[in-house]
Amino acid sequence: MQHSTRSTILFAAVVCLACSVFVAGSAVALRSFQQQNATLDKQKNVLAVAGLVEPGQRLSAKDVEDRFRESIRPRLVDLKTGAYATDEEKTLDTYDPEKTPSEPAPPNKARVMQLPEYTLVYQVVKDDKVERVILPVHGKGLWSTLYGLLAMDADGKTIRGITFYEHAETPGLGGEVDNPKWKAKWDGRQAVDEKGTAVICVVKGTADQPYEVDGLSGATLTSRGVTNLVQFWLGENGFGPYLATIRNKRE
Amino acid sequence: MPVLGKKEKEVLFHPVFDNNPIGLQVLGVCSSLAVTTKLETAITMSIALTTVTALSSFFISFIRERIPPTIRIIAQMTIIASLVIITDQVLKAFVYDISKQLSVFVGLIITNCIVMGRAEGFAMQNPPKLSFLDGIGNGLGYSTVLLTLATVRELLGSGKLLGHQVLPLVTEGGWYVPNGLMLLSPAAFFIIGMLIWALRTWKPEQVGSED
Repeated sequence: MQHSTRSTILFAAVVCLACSVFVAGSAVALRSFQQQNATLDKQKNVLAVAGLVEPGQRLSAKDVEDRFRESIRPRLVDLKTGAYATDEEKTLDTYDPEKTPSEPAPPNKARVMQLPEYTLVYQVVKDDKVERVILPVHGKGLWSTLYGLLAMDADGKTIRGITFYEHAETPGLGGEVDNPKWKAKWDGRQAVDEKGTAVICVVKGTADQPYEVDGLSGATLTSRGVTNLVQFWLGENGFGPYLATIRNKRE
Repeated sequence: MPVLGKKEKEVLFHPVFDNNPIGLQVLGVCSSLAVTTKLETAITMSIALTTVTALSSFFISFIRERIPPTIRIIAQMTIIASLVIITDQVLKAFVYDISKQLSVFVGLIITNCIVMGRAEGFAMQNPPKLSFLDGIGNGLGYSTVLLTLATVRELLGSGKLLGHQVLPLVTEGGWYVPNGLMLLSPAAFFIIGMLIWALRTWKPEQVGSED
């Protein structure tokens, strides 16, 4: 069969059109499932770090939603002042982490590039009393940016848990940040000293101070990355002001 | 009449051991290094690749007489890429956790030499049904190697199979010291090398001539 230039172009156009219809169709048809999955995944992680789900326990989608609605209260925090956002109810509905205005972060070891004006934090509420606050954190590990959640006690000083929901560290080495045994070691650690400076760190080998956490063997760089990102987010450019307000309120 | 004739059977089962895409042709090695640290991701990847290869061969064979030879590669690519994107979307919608672990590798099926090789080398000359079976067959061949690799690597690397602890680890009070090398990419090279060695000892006709 002879192919003129015209028929070649026509063929290409038809193939492209047919393929784009299928791709667009599947994207549109599956979007609601995907968004549901992403939300559910986020909620599951929040519940896990809040200590409301046992590690390894499998919950149905409905259980996750119910528990989340029952005990988790999302709040918006102004990073600079550490106060809750004014006009919060309105902002919370329309809050989109990708669209919220941000400014470049000062140079830091965690290699965080942008700091948003407002950040979403989660309060863990029991009988109308805030028990923990959950702070989103991220920063560079060895290969990838680690995205995680850090649970702090309502005293603003003690760490209650940590979890990373997205990273691409070496499985078995740096990937052990997902190990429940290691994550459990964070519970009860001191995040800050008397002056409020973030001192928590992951050390090589075994921890012997209240502000130290055992290192991950064979993953020095990932451990260092975790130290950097936790210290950055607990520090003055991160949630430092917010944690200070929490501590002041209690005293 | 049997459902599958002799020829159909041959295209379906030949690629598993006799003409294995990884073992003999040494294609598609990239993804077999990356997704085989755990059996679970390897299974999903095997299914995804088999589906894509079978369907792309089918569609390409269906329009093979109409594809202008000058743009045949790019036309094949378009079809393969569309199928891969749809597969990725389906995984994200229904097995979110696994799709998160597979991350970019589903997308990289597009560049997997096996898919392209079957489209160009088989589907362009053969009817749709046969091409479909050929795609499944090559997918099975790939899956065999992938699952073997993943079983060895997950078992020796983290003492688990499908996430269940099989060998109790020293760090958790057991006796097994995990082999960290198994979790790194080079281990897959070693195992693939040994698999090819075993395959060629079993079937000496696969040994290439020395030149």
